[in-house]
Amino acid sequence: MNKKNTKSIFWEDERVDGADKVTGKAKYTAEHNLPNLAYAVFVTSNIAKGTIKNIDTSKVLAMNGVLDVIYFANCPAVPGYNTNAADRPKNVSEWRGHKVLHDNKVRFFGQPIALVVADSFENANAAIRFIKPEYEAEAFETNFDKARLNPANLKPAVTYKRGSDAEVNAAASVEAEFNIPIEVHNPMELQATIAYWEAEDKLLLYDKTQGPKSTQGLMARTFGLPEKNVRVIAENVGGAFGSSLRSWSNVPAACIAAKKLNRPVKLVITRPQMFSLIGYRPQAWQKVKIAANAEGNFLSINHEAISNTSRYEDFREGIVDVSKFLYACENVNTKYSLLPLDLSTPIWMRGPGEASGCFALESAIDELSYKLKMDPIALRIKNFTAINLENKLPFSDNNLQALYNYGKEKIGWKNRPSVPGTLKENGMLIGYGMAVGVFGAGKGSASVRAVLSNDGKLLLECAVSDMGPGTTTSMSKIAAEAMQMPIAKIKFKLGDSDLPPGPSQGGSGTTSTVGSAVDLACKTLQLRLKELAIGYAPGFNTLTLDVLEVKNEMVLSKADSSKNIEIVSLLKLANQDKIDLTINSTGKTPAQLKFTSNSFSSHYVKLAVNPKDGKIKILQVVTTGDAGKIISPKTARSQMLGGVVGGIGMALTEKLEIDHTTGQISNASFGSYHVPLHSQIPPTDVWFVNKPDMNVNDIGAKGIGEIALIGLAAAVTNAVYNATGKRVRDLPITPEKLGFAKAKV
Amino acid sequence: MKPCNYHDARRGFLKKSAAIAALYLTPSSLVKAFAIESVVPKPIAKEKLTITLNGKLMNLEIDARTTILNLLREELNFTGTKKGCEMGQCGACTIHINGKRTKSCMQLAISNQNNKITTIEGLTNSEVLHPMQAAFLKHDAFQCGYCTSGQIMSAVACVREGQAKSRDAIKNYMDTNICRCGAYQNIVDAIEEVAKTGIKI
Repeated sequence: MNKKNTKSIFWEDERVDGADKVTGKAKYTAEHNLPNLAYAVFVTSNIAKGTIKNIDTSKVLAMNGVLDVIYFANCPAVPGYNTNAADRPKNVSEWRGHKVLHDNKVRFFGQPIALVVADSFENANAAIRFIKPEYEAEAFETNFDKARLNPANLKPAVTYKRGSDAEVNAAASVEAEFNIPIEVHNPMELQATIAYWEAEDKLLLYDKTQGPKSTQGLMARTFGLPEKNVRVIAENVGGAFGSSLRSWSNVPAACIAAKKLNRPVKLVITRPQMFSLIGYRPQAWQKVKIAANAEGNFLSINHEAISNTSRYEDFREGIVDVSKFLYACENVNTKYSLLPLDLSTPIWMRGPGEASGCFALESAIDELSYKLKMDPIALRIKNFTAINLENKLPFSDNNLQALYNYGKEKIGWKNRPSVPGTLKENGMLIGYGMAVGVFGAGKGSASVRAVLSNDGKLLLECAVSDMGPGTTTSMSKIAAEAMQMPIAKIKFKLGDSDLPPGPSQGGSGTTSTVGSAVDLACKTLQLRLKELAIGYAPGFNTLTLDVLEVKNEMVLSKADSSKNIEIVSLLKLANQDKIDLTINSTGKTPAQLKFTSNSFSSHYVKLAVNPKDGKIKILQVVTTGDAGKIISPKTARSQMLGGVVGGIGMALTEKLEIDHTTGQISNASFGSYHVPLHSQIPPTDVWFVNKPDMNVNDIGAKGIGEIALIGLAAAVTNAVYNATGKRVRDLPITPEKLGFAKAKV
Repeated sequence: MKPCNYHDARRGFLKKSAAIAALYLTPSSLVKAFAIESVVPKPIAKEKLTITLNGKLMNLEIDARTTILNLLREELNFTGTKKGCEMGQCGACTIHINGKRTKSCMQLAISNQNNKITTIEGLTNSEVLHPMQAAFLKHDAFQCGYCTSGQIMSAVACVREGQAKSRDAIKNYMDTNICRCGAYQNIVDAIEEVAKTGIKI
């Protein structure tokens, strides 16, 4: 970055990599260039299920610049595609999911069936029109709503039961069904891979992945290579929200083509292909039954769910899990089944499982509050628990009450009508709604390398990735605080599998896991510096480690700060050009494992419904988070804002449409799959408890990414009910579902 | 496509290449439905194109089917302009052509003879960030950064065209640019601040 940012006019907490992003310098996967690069484009199936009899490639191979058409008949053998375990070398494991270009089976509409490789993007793109597959089509099923009604179509349910069915003394109960359609992540950056075999057994990948290490390991095991011979670079990731948590067909396809042609190959998924090839939030049907006594205590919760998966893989998420632990209820029953359909495999999408589960649970609780004539927030407080009743462990911290207090005040909860449909402003029906979100706050293992140079600069390295939350910023801040040194002298390097192993960025775990490792690396570094000071600094030889501290780029005596030495001078005295160390930070300690850890959120929505046509305008959102210490307030706020936007899309507009007569996705573009736009986003306030949770990790921080979205959709539907008296349990809430007469034109 | 200053050479070219262009720009699903049997001629002739890119005159030989977006990203290594959909629906590829904001994925490069093209890389020639870039940084008006170039190019046009008179006006103008990370509120904050300073951008 060569443009200076004029520091004085900026807040000090701007993103450390922000200048590269606003100047267009930040490089994303498809933007890397290699000599002799070839361009690959997928040809996808026009049927949902069947067999490809033949693909006539003759015309295409004669076309300008076309290098190859790779498909089942000429696809080179991939060690990991071998289904026979006995035939596979020890370092090879079988590819999970769809083995692209491998066989002649079609498993879903839009499945890649051939790869055209050409010397230019234009030539590749022109050629795909002329691929002529001949199919033998088979009967298929893509209709979730229809197929789920036949129990024979379901996979065996996973059940959970505690207590009994204590409904005898129920003063009120709610039993309701909820539906969530397929939603698609649609990050702005298209999924892409550039593959290059630097040698027969050495593979370089530029790949859009949330986990450089996981992609490295997977591709090494797929092609039977030593892990160190596969390098995966994902310097910048242009959004993902879960969609890049696994390697999709683009990765092996690019590797296959690059190997076959012996030159680097770039494969960029098109936007329509993003809808069918890169996973999605599964469609889900849920039934929730809650019973409460007259005081509002939950007597029992029954939560049942069915979500779709593909025909060739099981994808399961924590959809009913929230009901097991979020509230104080002794009697809980859950049941969760999968419904295989002739679609591609789903994947975790922001707030996976919990986002769907909380929509149902938090809607049902809202419904119950009206039956009990209780304020919905009071009802939640009534059922607060400091102990997770599923695993009987105390929460490491749980500040939901503080979230309620802030949210109520900020949204103006006192103006909420207790009788729905009774508050009108300027001819609009006004409603208020709220809901809670929760997600696990884990801590995994990670390694971090710290290099402190004798110019006073600190380099930290870990093979994690940053899909947008600002990992480089928050990690630099953790290091700056631990070392008590300026953030400008710190660089955190990520996005390269050659760096010390780190986790995939997902499940709201990066700050806790990698942040703890950064903290540990800095503490280890400080110890080394103190040892060096005692060994080399004049007058320090009589001091002990415990009386020294490291701050302001110096090692100094705690008791007498005039006794100090600058780190730069110390390294020179010790004749070291750097201190270079790598630490391993492991998961939770035995003390931390005595607790169960979660991040919590609560969301408040004020909206207006036009009684003439049912159009909804969200007027204001307040979103609150309980995620321990907030490391980087500015980027954390942005994450919460983003969760609200995603939640608004989930609530009001997003739905994948499938034509069940063909199995084709009928709205595979931004023109017809509606993600929220500027004009749909209301003024939004973000607030954090910002209280360190030292029972989770040494830095006291928990994740935000998921709780930002989880619960938001229910807050919207609850507000719509409050405004109109109409309860919509099928997302998204499009105007016609409210049943108002259409406006006369 | 957007009308622009015609050029004789371009007009002549358009006649012979209209079919190719249509083929290139039409979503593949539609083309399949029409079952086009003819094959693109071989070899594809290179066409001459002169543009001024970020103030620099360039004489190029290009594939007539290439869009400005692909010309920038694949041929000229100006990767600041992003590819998000290639359908003119997301705004990630927004650039300025002769000062007007334009979705570069919807523009054949050859239709831009002698046009002045400005990308995110050319928003300012100075060592200091352009005020809109600085405001985006200050207000954290992005997360992943992938839509950011397009948002900033649209934002600059919004202010220049006098469309930033209110938050609602900004939002309506900016509805052309999707941000899936959901930085919308911060983006509007950034644009509003730049507009309020009244400085010429």
